Amino acid sequence: MTSALAMSQPAISEKVPGLKAQLRRAERLRKLKAIALVAPLAIFLVIAFVIPISNMLWRSVDNSEVMQVMPETARLLTEWDGKDLPSEAVFSVFAQELRDSRTGGGLGRIGRRLNYEDPTFRTLLTQTLRTLPATTEKTWSETLQSIHPRWSETDTWLALQRAAPATTDRYLLAALDLQRGSDGSIERIDENQRVYQQVFVRTLVIAGGVTLICLLMGFPLAYLLATLPTSQSNLLMIFVLLPFWTSLLVRTAAWIVLLQSGGLVNTTLMTLGLIESPLQLVFNRIGVFFAMVHILLPFMILPLYSVMKGISPVYQRAATSLGAHPFAAFWQIYVPQTLSGVAAGTILVFIMAIGYYITPALVGGPSDQMVSYFVAYYTNTTNNWGMAAALGTFLLIATLLLYLVYHKLVNQKQLIRN
Amino acid sequence: MQLTTEMEPLVRFSGVQKTYDGEHLVVKDLNLNIQKGEFVTLLGPSGSGKTTCLMMLAGFETPTSGDIFLGQERLNTLPPHKRNIGMVFQNYALFPHMSVEENLLYPLKTRKISKAIAKEKVDKILSKIKLKEFAHRRPSQLSGGQQQRVALARALVFEPQLVLMDEPLGALDKQLREHMQLEIKHLHEQLGLTVVFVTHDQSEALTMSDRVAVFNDGVIQQIDTPHNLYEYPANSFVAQFIGENNTLPGKIQSKEQNTCQVSFGDGFTTRALAGKNLNSGDKTQLSIRPERVRLNSGHLNLENQFNATLHEFIYLGDHLRLRCELAGNDQFYVKVPVNELCPNLKAGDRIQLGWSDQDVRALDYL
Repeated sequence: MTSALAMSQPAISEKVPGLKAQLRRAERLRKLKAIALVAPLAIFLVIAFVIPISNMLWRSVDNSEVMQVMPETARLLTEWDGKDLPSEAVFSVFAQELRDSRTGGGLGRIGRRLNYEDPTFRTLLTQTLRTLPATTEKTWSETLQSIHPRWSETDTWLALQRAAPATTDRYLLAALDLQRGSDGSIERIDENQRVYQQVFVRTLVIAGGVTLICLLMGFPLAYLLATLPTSQSNLLMIFVLLPFWTSLLVRTAAWIVLLQSGGLVNTTLMTLGLIESPLQLVFNRIGVFFAMVHILLPFMILPLYSVMKGISPVYQRAATSLGAHPFAAFWQIYVPQTLSGVAAGTILVFIMAIGYYITPALVGGPSDQMVSYFVAYYTNTTNNWGMAAALGTFLLIATLLLYLVYHKLVNQKQLIRN
Repeated sequence: MQLTTEMEPLVRFSGVQKTYDGEHLVVKDLNLNIQKGEFVTLLGPSGSGKTTCLMMLAGFETPTSGDIFLGQERLNTLPPHKRNIGMVFQNYALFPHMSVEENLLYPLKTRKISKAIAKEKVDKILSKIKLKEFAHRRPSQLSGGQQQRVALARALVFEPQLVLMDEPLGALDKQLREHMQLEIKHLHEQLGLTVVFVTHDQSEALTMSDRVAVFNDGVIQQIDTPHNLYEYPANSFVAQFIGENNTLPGKIQSKEQNTCQVSFGDGFTTRALAGKNLNSGDKTQLSIRPERVRLNSGHLNLENQFNATLHEFIYLGDHLRLRCELAGNDQFYVKVPVNELCPNLKAGDRIQLGWSDQDVRALDYL
């Protein structure tokens, strides 16, 4: 009652007790409705997006194999100073846990993990296990050392120690061609083993090139679409969208058919006498650019078109009436107004391009493979989830950084509009 | 000799025709001279060809036939950016990605005027439109009236020989529009501008212009001063389009030099000023302004007096409009100042209406 009276008074600036609570109560139902509407999508996103991605990100630092299969050994080894051979206690626990690892597939898991430290480790483990007695009269250190001389080398145990902690940065470092040296400092790996820095650079170069070509080809087309009468632009728009109706794989394969040595393009050019011998157009960088630009072009055209559609042609008229040559009017007045569309299209195409896998794999050569190819290689072929996750993490970071840049640009644009 | 060069028009349309589809003429045989320093308004309903004329002058449309001259120069093939004509667009067309100052600098930059001079000119015009403190704002941060003033300033800052305005006040509310009308009129007087103004708002045209060209159907119906347009409309279209007007269909009985005898309704006759090209026996339309009709005119000694029925009072503050029925036309309006109205009058009363010969004209039958 009192608050109702207060509200009817003109002095709004005076605080009315309980007004906030009233507002909250009044808005509660509306909020609940909104939440209920969003809930299915939010739950879906959590299950299908947040959880798998966090899981994959975790795998890039996950090092739990040894710790899970040999918990005691791992614990004791973290306390070991690494100078002399470990104590008898370590040997005995290790022998016990190694024997236990035969059941439940534990041996395979630590074998694969330890092979990343030293490629012969799995063999060492299986050989040791073959002759490992259930009990021994001697100490376990002597027994193990008699089974294989490598158990008397500190390096063997150091490798085991490196694999013992729950987390590791080795995958992340390896994804950047880096590693921990024997003293624990970060160093670059041997020159002839470096791969990923080059792959990342190549990925960025291909994605950047594809984006640039898409922009150069998409801008005039989007402009045409935005300025043509509706009936004609609708027809053109269907042609722009037509590729979406065909599967990505089919489109990529079609490019192989078109561009290969005996393909349509080469035969036509040779029949016309323009070239003597077939051009190498596919299974190299050219093929990758052809196919990727073709597939990604609509993603450039659509945001550009939507922005251009909203720009009134009167601005260019105004500029020419103020004495600007039509080209200058276009460049100084029209193009700056399309920048938000350019930013959206560019970011969209670039982000999609850096994740491309199938197309470069099919129409590219060995030196045209991008990061995703190696992610697939590690997940499908070698089962090294740590490396796959680490490479994926860096791709994700690159994408997020770009998105931030885009967000900044678009926000600035909106500032201008308001 | 001196006199003739002075009388040389700044803008000359000579036999201009325009068609978009090759079938219908949007502008038919337009001949129009505009003197230097004149404020000419092209007025007409939408589709009457007025905007097309303006666009041909600006260079965004080309005449299908005929010539347009600006001074001595034939404009037909001259591209818009070489015409040196300032233009204010309907929705201002201020560049949204530039500040007010950059917008005003733009026409100077395209003319390669040195930065210092350009800055000076912009400062000067900004203080003239009283927007100096808004120089670094974006157009979207200004109110409609402020945007309008910037658009005006941008069309003036490069001192063009001619300024075109395409319904520049259409987007403003009534009060602001009336204020801007005066502001533009004052600028025109102070700077000695030559302005061609397009509008469909007749009161705007009357307020601002030296001369108004009334367009309909691609033809200039009449071009004259606001006063003459209102008081001496050349035809029924102009009479109806400019101001309020009562229309009574009739027939010319006899015609003397300037006046004629017209019969209308069931046996009514009045004397009226005769319009052009009308002869006795022709059908005609009588045109009388509501404020020229006198109420209860018995004592006024007017030549033409008629009985009518009062149907409705429409109160408008400073005056009243009375809707009456006269000679079968129940949309006959009389305008009466509030203080001249007899308080006993009520709807349904029989009243007497009258007018002088000089206030009614017999015009062409539409």
